[in-house]
Amino acid sequence: MTKKDNQKDEAMQQLMKDPRFKLLTAVIKKNQNQSDTLIQILHQAQNLFGYLPMPVIKYIAEALSLPPSQVYGVVTFYNFFSLKQKGEHTCLVCTGTACYVKGAEKILAAIHEKYGIKPDETTQDNKFGLQIARCLGACGLAPVAVVDNEVVSKVRVEDFMPILEKKIGGKP
Amino acid sequence: MSREDLKQMAQRIQDDKKKYAYTIFACNASGCIPSGSEAVFEALKNCVKDRKLEDQVRVVSCGCMGICAQGPIVRVDPDQSIYQKVTVENAHRIIDEHIIGKTPVKDMLLFSHEKEPLINSFEETFFKKQKRVVLRNCGRIDPQSIDDYIAEGGYQALEKVLKRMGPEEVIAEVKHSRLRGRGGAGYPTGLKWEVVYKYVSDKKFVVCNADEGDPGAFMDRSVIEGDPHRVLEGMIIAAYAVGAQKGYVYIRGEYATAIKPLETAIKQAKKNGFLGETIMGTTFKFDIEIRIGAGAFVCGEQTALIASIEGRRGTPRPRPPYPAEKGLWGYPTLINNVETFANISAIIVHGGEWFCETGTTKSTGTKVFSLAGKVKNTGLIEVPMGISLREIVYDIGGGILDDREFKAAQTGGPSGGCISKEYLDRPVDYESLVELGSIMGSGGLIVMDDTSDMVDVARFFMEFCMDESCGKCVPCRVGTKQMFDLLNKIYIGRGTMADLKVLEELAIFVKEASLCGLGMSAPNPLLSSLRFFKEDFLQHIQRNEKVVKPLI
Repeated sequence: MTKKDNQKDEAMQQLMKDPRFKLLTAVIKKNQNQSDTLIQILHQAQNLFGYLPMPVIKYIAEALSLPPSQVYGVVTFYNFFSLKQKGEHTCLVCTGTACYVKGAEKILAAIHEKYGIKPDETTQDNKFGLQIARCLGACGLAPVAVVDNEVVSKVRVEDFMPILEKKIGGKP
Repeated sequence: MSREDLKQMAQRIQDDKKKYAYTIFACNASGCIPSGSEAVFEALKNCVKDRKLEDQVRVVSCGCMGICAQGPIVRVDPDQSIYQKVTVENAHRIIDEHIIGKTPVKDMLLFSHEKEPLINSFEETFFKKQKRVVLRNCGRIDPQSIDDYIAEGGYQALEKVLKRMGPEEVIAEVKHSRLRGRGGAGYPTGLKWEVVYKYVSDKKFVVCNADEGDPGAFMDRSVIEGDPHRVLEGMIIAAYAVGAQKGYVYIRGEYATAIKPLETAIKQAKKNGFLGETIMGTTFKFDIEIRIGAGAFVCGEQTALIASIEGRRGTPRPRPPYPAEKGLWGYPTLINNVETFANISAIIVHGGEWFCETGTTKSTGTKVFSLAGKVKNTGLIEVPMGISLREIVYDIGGGILDDREFKAAQTGGPSGGCISKEYLDRPVDYESLVELGSIMGSGGLIVMDDTSDMVDVARFFMEFCMDESCGKCVPCRVGTKQMFDLLNKIYIGRGTMADLKVLEELAIFVKEASLCGLGMSAPNPLLSSLRFFKEDFLQHIQRNEKVVKPLI
């Protein structure tokens, strides 16, 4: 075992002390270590950790007797799962057809102009992340955006930017 | 539990409810939540408590009533008065003025069914042309209460099937109704059931496809949010007909507000003996589990959905064998869409003949659409098949926003196409839409006005398909990317006539050579835009100014 591997193991052990792993173990147990529940377990893991760090992926793979590559493959296949930590604040702009037709693009452009980030990017200080959603199913209220879990509907750029600034707090 | 027991139970629940002089339904579906409906519901409840009216007024949090654009919506029964844009601040007026003062709050009223002042013609337009079969209970019952569903005649179809019909009779009835799959492709439901029924296997599965991935579609979500037991009942009947013991509902991870009522409904159904071992006192057993998707459009495709339920990457596989023969873990599997299952109980109770009375010869029954885009009354509607697009857009939808000109209606999402003005009077059914180069799809209907640029729309859908392509087969993976690049080139004003030709060739190639429905239908929006709106493409090619490349 190389020195690098040793360091990795240490990092893993450090993480194992995290109380959230106990909760994750309980989730896996509840699903009886069945490999077909992998996606359901990943959902719960992401809820716990906010994203899916490598040790978590390895841990789940071992518990379900799956190769880590397969779990990694599933994680990267589905849009819902993230390998990276999200920004402190998030803004999710719906770009479904109805929202697109009603000007979601303008909101993205305004955010890009102000914060210099495109969809799936986070500001350098990790304070604010921008994401897009395919359709939030609230098409009657298009365009729709979600700022830190709060839904803003019938968004107009001029009204929206102040809301966003207030949430994030000043300039990046 | 016998038929009489069930009827008595329904009667008893109904009698129980009679003690309330008023019922206030506060919409808490995905359309109204962003407008602040949860707080409105709390405010109404607190106000009733404050005024000590709990014994006379029942406040219910319910599913979608359809008029999402005017939300939050509150209805007061038995007067059937509908209030629009209710806020925490003015919610108390409904209690004080309408219920205590007995006079409807005119300035908040959307419309009233009472003879005197019909506030506007909303009822005439929005509701008159609709026919509610699937959405019958949506917005009229408490979706979290099995009692409410039973009181409306729920689970009587299941009782009829279990006690008085054999599996073959059930299938015959569904075949007789000529119900077709509501997920988009329109395969006859009865035939699908029969195929699964005929395979001999010790294990069979029933799957409800609630992976409503089309951007601009929210029908299935609303049905599950507003009337989850109807979907469950349809699934249980299907399981009995095909001989399955286990069912799954595969639902999008984005639909958190639909997952909860579904979980509650499954628990309640188990507790009341409609799910589990010895269902309604018979030997029939069936159980349903929820599987939450993780954001992959391709998982709406049958074989990809199966892979995803099994916990793998959601990539499709070649067919045959079809899932009806080899589905989940290699066993015969019946996969139907939410709306298809939601139609079943009505067909069993009223008969297939009754179902055929609505709609056209080839497309029977009703269809739920989510009407969105640049139309005045956006929301959830259910119309008889064969209604014209004009009636949907102008009568139900109230016309185009700001009274602009209608340009196109998009159906079928990224797999469908745009229908132009000349075809507004064509009936909306499976065949006519295919003829026009679109598809019925799951029911998203997006209206565009004369400011919409069809090249941009085609580009939008192509980007979607490119991003959502699973990457397994080359035509789809590479083809969508090439088509997107070409569309982008045209959009930013660098395209040539030769590009247009290549684009068309590529589109036909991808359509014919792709492995699954995603790739096969990905060129549809492009092809239909090329067919009806070539002008838009030519304008982009011929103009000299360059456009800034968009972010998405």
